[in-house]
Amino acid sequence: MSAALIIIFATIAGVLCLGLLARRGKDMNLEQWTVGGRGFGTILVFVLMAGEIYTTFTFLGGSGFAYGHGAPTFYILSYGCLAYLLSYFLLPPIWRYAEKNRLISQPDFFAHKYDSPALGVLVALVGIVALIPYLVLQLKGLGIIVDAAAYGAISPTLAIWIGAAVITAYVMVSGVRGSAWTAVVKDILILAVVLFLGIYLPIHYYGGYGSMFSAIDAAKPGFLTLPAKGESIAWFDSTVLLTAFGFYMWPHSFGSLFTAKEERTFRRNAVMMPLYQLILLFVFFVGFAAILQVPGLKGAEIDLSLLRLSVQSFDPWFVGVIGAAGVLTALVPGSMILIAAATLLANNIFRIAQPHASDATVSRLAKLLVPVVAVVSVVFTLQGGTTIVALLLMGYSFVTQLFPTLVASLLPHNPVTREGAFAGICVGIATVAATTLTHTSVATMFPALPGALQDLNIGIVALILNVVALGIVSAVTRRRPAYA
Amino acid sequence: MAFVKWLAVLPFLGILVGVPLLNRVQPLIMGMPLILAWIVLWVLLTAAIMAIIYRCDPANRDTPEPRQ
Repeated sequence: MSAALIIIFATIAGVLCLGLLARRGKDMNLEQWTVGGRGFGTILVFVLMAGEIYTTFTFLGGSGFAYGHGAPTFYILSYGCLAYLLSYFLLPPIWRYAEKNRLISQPDFFAHKYDSPALGVLVALVGIVALIPYLVLQLKGLGIIVDAAAYGAISPTLAIWIGAAVITAYVMVSGVRGSAWTAVVKDILILAVVLFLGIYLPIHYYGGYGSMFSAIDAAKPGFLTLPAKGESIAWFDSTVLLTAFGFYMWPHSFGSLFTAKEERTFRRNAVMMPLYQLILLFVFFVGFAAILQVPGLKGAEIDLSLLRLSVQSFDPWFVGVIGAAGVLTALVPGSMILIAAATLLANNIFRIAQPHASDATVSRLAKLLVPVVAVVSVVFTLQGGTTIVALLLMGYSFVTQLFPTLVASLLPHNPVTREGAFAGICVGIATVAATTLTHTSVATMFPALPGALQDLNIGIVALILNVVALGIVSAVTRRRPAYA
Repeated sequence: MAFVKWLAVLPFLGILVGVPLLNRVQPLIMGMPLILAWIVLWVLLTAAIMAIIYRCDPANRDTPEPRQ
């Protein structure tokens, strides 16, 4: 066993112990996780809240996308910024309404706003469907890390099963009480590792950022700008908008905003969070540094670039530290996603079907569903072939379909009816599902369209159809004023 | 305050309109391609704009603004 693997498994063991300790001592539920965090002081709270966005997606996916796609990866830096801006105006009214009506989940919110339990079920289904690719990408990340750190001794398939077992064990042991300290350790470690790699590697291999980008530009002309076709300007703008709108539509992030103590927290975070985003720059730098140093990774392999370059540059023990940081970025958010999916199934779907089920039954069911959801995700993961970024964008295409219905419900006089909400969400989801399953894009469906329109992200096309359906059906079903 | 809130439109323009216009590598700014440096600039400006909005928003004062 390599030194790297020993360090990674020691980290996993340590995290499981932290989970056990958290359970023994103060019980931490999801609410306490954030509220209790407030006792930590501003900086630690900031690290905790901002750190939720540092998942395997940013660590391996961001660097891999920079390595394989170049400039289009800059969309990741752009959408977060706009999403935080939107959060300033979007989150306080959601929080106020949820607080007033004692709501605890995203489907509850929609069901209550539109006075329709069925809409709650639909929203829960959308959430689960979107969470699966998000979980798959965390497992993929875990698999990649274990595989790389084992220096080929463990097959990728086995690595993914190990990853899934670790996440499931972590959730079963610490439950929702996942120690706040695990999150803190994760954020500090990932910050340190990303800053170090993003500064050291470009200087070590190229002498600096300027010479690195010049060398890449000379070797691959056009790689550092958005291309004319494919991931073009139209793709960039539509993807940034889609993901900025969808940012807070994820069931786990929507749910966690209910736990805040006062609405001002969101406004204050909207000021600070864009700056925290800049850490992404260093993730990109690692991916760019890898281009000329570990060339030849293709397709879904691009996600390996950060670790390949690390293996080439450092001793096994340090690769172990990097891998451990990566494992934590998959483990902490992965467990949140797994819990969110299992809870949605148990609480927002099973309970609607069986209204007389007791709380104990529902929570037992949620726990039983954890390994089930994990296994389903493993099956999807093993089908492979997709990059981490592609998986996340697929999830985003789904959750963003909830955005128009949500925004309409926050207006003083909601113009959207229950039927309109259903029609909009269903049309949007059906569009995304149909195009994903048949592997069509705007370009293949409408070859006659001008090039720029062909490159639009399919999620934004679905969003437009969604709004059209929502408008038409709402207009038809609006209750007309009585004549008399 | 209503006027200040309109500042929030600027980052959308800066990124969605500005990036397509400045889709170039040269000149490198602080070692970064122009397109990346432009996005970084807008991340910083977004934080600044949100800080201004936060300061001007009466909802963030400890005591509610007296009604006239």
